[in-house]
Amino acid sequence: MNKKILDPAVTWKEITPGGTISDAGNAHEFKTGDWRSDRPVWLSDKCKQCLLCVPVCPDSSILVVDGKRTDFDFDHCKGCGICAKACPFGAIEMKEEE
Amino acid sequence: MAIRDRLSGNEAVAVAMRQINPDVVAAFPITPSTEVPQYFSAFVANGKVDTEFVPVESEHSAMSACIGAEAAGARTMTATSANGLALMWEMLYIAASSRLPIVLAAVNRALSGPININNDHSDTMGARDSGWIQLYGETNQEAYDNMLMAVRIAEHPDVMLPVMNCFDGFITSHAVENIELLEDDAVKAFVGDYKPEHCLMDQDCPIAVGPLDTVAHYFEHKRQQAEAMKNAKKIILEVSAEFEKLTGRKYGLFEEYKMEDAEIAMVVINSTAGTAKFVIDGLRDKGVKAGLVKIRVFRPFPVDELVAALSKVKAIAVMDKADSFNAAGGPLFTDITSALYGRADGIKVVNYIYGLGGRDVKTDDLAFVFDELQEIAKTGKVKSVYNYLGVRE
Ligand code: SF4
Ligand code: SF4
Repeated sequence: MNKKILDPAVTWKEITPGGTISDAGNAHEFKTGDWRSDRPVWLSDKCKQCLLCVPVCPDSSILVVDGKRTDFDFDHCKGCGICAKACPFGAIEMKEEE
Repeated sequence: MAIRDRLSGNEAVAVAMRQINPDVVAAFPITPSTEVPQYFSAFVANGKVDTEFVPVESEHSAMSACIGAEAAGARTMTATSANGLALMWEMLYIAASSRLPIVLAAVNRALSGPININNDHSDTMGARDSGWIQLYGETNQEAYDNMLMAVRIAEHPDVMLPVMNCFDGFITSHAVENIELLEDDAVKAFVGDYKPEHCLMDQDCPIAVGPLDTVAHYFEHKRQQAEAMKNAKKIILEVSAEFEKLTGRKYGLFEEYKMEDAEIAMVVINSTAGTAKFVIDGLRDKGVKAGLVKIRVFRPFPVDELVAALSKVKAIAVMDKADSFNAAGGPLFTDITSALYGRADGIKVVNYIYGLGGRDVKTDDLAFVFDELQEIAKTGKVKSVYNYLGVRE
């Protein structure tokens, strides 16, 4: 099977039979960020880098580089707000998505 | 050299499965199909097959196990009847839409309730739009032959759809008839090895099966699935032609009996065809031009071919061994009439619901239907379109 990412314009003649996904570990190609109605905002001055927010994100959208969290992966963050609830230091605020 | 034997329909189908030697059989017993996995499990126990036999705890699980096995790349089979098929319902659709060529021996039995273990077609007729190919057979020989051909049809790359091999409970499944079996080697060569283009066990080409299919793609998958069902008609004929070369036994999309010059015709599915042929022979002796169309392939529905076969008659009785409870007519009737509409208008078509819950279908019953057809052909008048045959009024 060709390793291919099906775009929304694929025709019925070209689509993979039965919806079979022709590659492993390609969920990151599916941009779930556009489902978001609220958006987490990281207040880095308040952040203590305790990393309690990281494991609670259901979409692995809080990226950690060299042991420190960085900004959100807005391609995949669905805006659920769990990270904001989990943060003990008020360093994540939820804002309405524009 | 063909082997002459005498077997019940269930045993014949189990023998076909032994000869096919599938990778996996997952089944749960239910009358009247129980003997199929029962005979087959004896073959497993006696080392006659290499099959992994999965004795599951329900039919839902049976079909689920079949789906998993087939997706893994294993040639997979099962058998069921009536409420067992009903319990598979959810998974039937998933098997078809996931394009998994599972073969199911569907031994026709009335769907409860009220509870009844005898034959009619309410079980598989209910599953007619589940995306499965449906083959029907009149005799033990046809049940055996269809089982062998089902594998080839299902697994063809242009098809990749599951197949139900349907035959009448007790009448066909339990009655012992003379039968001609193929040699084991001939079956082995005919069915060949199952080599799916993609499967879960192919480590060089990892795939995921059965994912969420969103608005962007679901419709395209359904359209593609519909095309596979269209393709199936041609493949069924090709496989049947190859089978004829091997056995001399000819199979089409349906069988025509004395239809060349017929003025009145009956359309029927499964074992009642035998009774109808006997009645037709009697009518022919009296100069009545009666004929029969026996449906073999109900899904895909052979619209054009049926219209060609029926277009010259004056009156048709479509026999349904299942009611649709649509206040309009049985499933075969509504399909036949919509096939004729705009293609062969003006033919009078009536419907008889018959034989529900194993009610005997006697020659007198069918003779009565042919009498009515003669009257309709003569007068051009239909008293009643949607009728019940053999029920106490
Ligand atoms: S939980 Fe709050 S403080 Fe801790 S790393 Fe996350 S944003 Fe920073
Ligand atoms: S809002 Fe939800 S999805 Fe987005 S980063 Fe926070 S926990 Fe993850």
